[in-house]
Amino acid sequence: MSSIETKPVEQPLEDENMDFEVRSLDAVCVNESSLTHPWWYNLKYLVAGVIFGILLVKSEVISWFRIQEMFRLQSFHMYGVIGSAVMVGALSVWLIKRFDIRTIHGEKISFQKKKFNKGNVYGGLVFGFGWALTGACPGPLFAQIGTGAVVISVTLLSAIVGTWVYGYLRPRLPH
Amino acid sequence: MESLFDALRQPWPWYVAGPLIGLTVPLLLILGNKSFGISSSLRHICAACIPANIPFFRYEWRREAWNLFFVGGIFVGGFLSVFIGANEPVSVDENLRRELAVYGVTDLSSLVPADLFNFDSLFTLKGFLLMVVGGFLVGFGTRYAGGCTSGHAIMGLSNLQLPSLIATCCFMAGGFVMANFILPYILAL
Repeated sequence: MSSIETKPVEQPLEDENMDFEVRSLDAVCVNESSLTHPWWYNLKYLVAGVIFGILLVKSEVISWFRIQEMFRLQSFHMYGVIGSAVMVGALSVWLIKRFDIRTIHGEKISFQKKKFNKGNVYGGLVFGFGWALTGACPGPLFAQIGTGAVVISVTLLSAIVGTWVYGYLRPRLPH
Repeated sequence: MESLFDALRQPWPWYVAGPLIGLTVPLLLILGNKSFGISSSLRHICAACIPANIPFFRYEWRREAWNLFFVGGIFVGGFLSVFIGANEPVSVDENLRRELAVYGVTDLSSLVPADLFNFDSLFTLKGFLLMVVGGFLVGFGTRYAGGCTSGHAIMGLSNLQLPSLIATCCFMAGGFVMANFILPYILAL
């Protein structure tokens, strides 16, 4: 299992400029820790995921019906969930910045500015179509399979293929 | 104590679940300086399994392994939540319930409607569009947009990022068009 160890930042990259550009366009994947930890340190994220997964199910965020209600303006539920999540998230980010709160390992917490590109619009619309069809964004796909909806594995697999096709077509798409 | 457990078994109201979901943002930051985001896990899976020498997938995905542990946890969380509230009826708005009945969607016993999402319908046009095409659009769109509901709508907006606001508006616009103008035709298939 040693292969999952976190590598230090200093490790030279094959194609540094490309990689930086790719990373900066990405939502996550930009926060680099300079700390090297054994792989099992990642188990804390597994626990965080378990809590998050239970929240997704118990709040019915993973319900296909809830997503339809949201897009048809038939219920406030989803707007309440996302709106209050953003408010708590924003307050937390402000507090972290204001009081320079560190990670549990004493590392400084960093935030990245996102740069606008046309993909935010085109990709956003495409994802919106998919969200209304499947009634799930990527997180709920994993949770739905967990609740026993085994057939959603096909949807997840298709989403992985979609991501791959994006990577393949990326140089030819407007950004 | 009994009543607390009963309350836990029910679906949780938005004002309880929403703030708790929001706390995922500081939790991941404080655990190890990680920006909340889920759709990237799909990219890491591509990079790990089928990079095919595509530059977009040629990076050290092992550094992002935390993200794969996180989505693995979501799967386990989904499984465990079955034990706190199995067989609870799913809340469905009365208008939606009536509309769906027209298309023969009457099974409201699970969060994923069994009438639409099952292995038999996978090989019909309707099922193919809902599951396979829908999934493809989710994977393609989130990566093209640079994030999904978690990365843009929650993490991005929490950090007051304008591109995330634009992306979130486009998610909603796409969803509105699909749910109101296109999906009815698909359900009628």
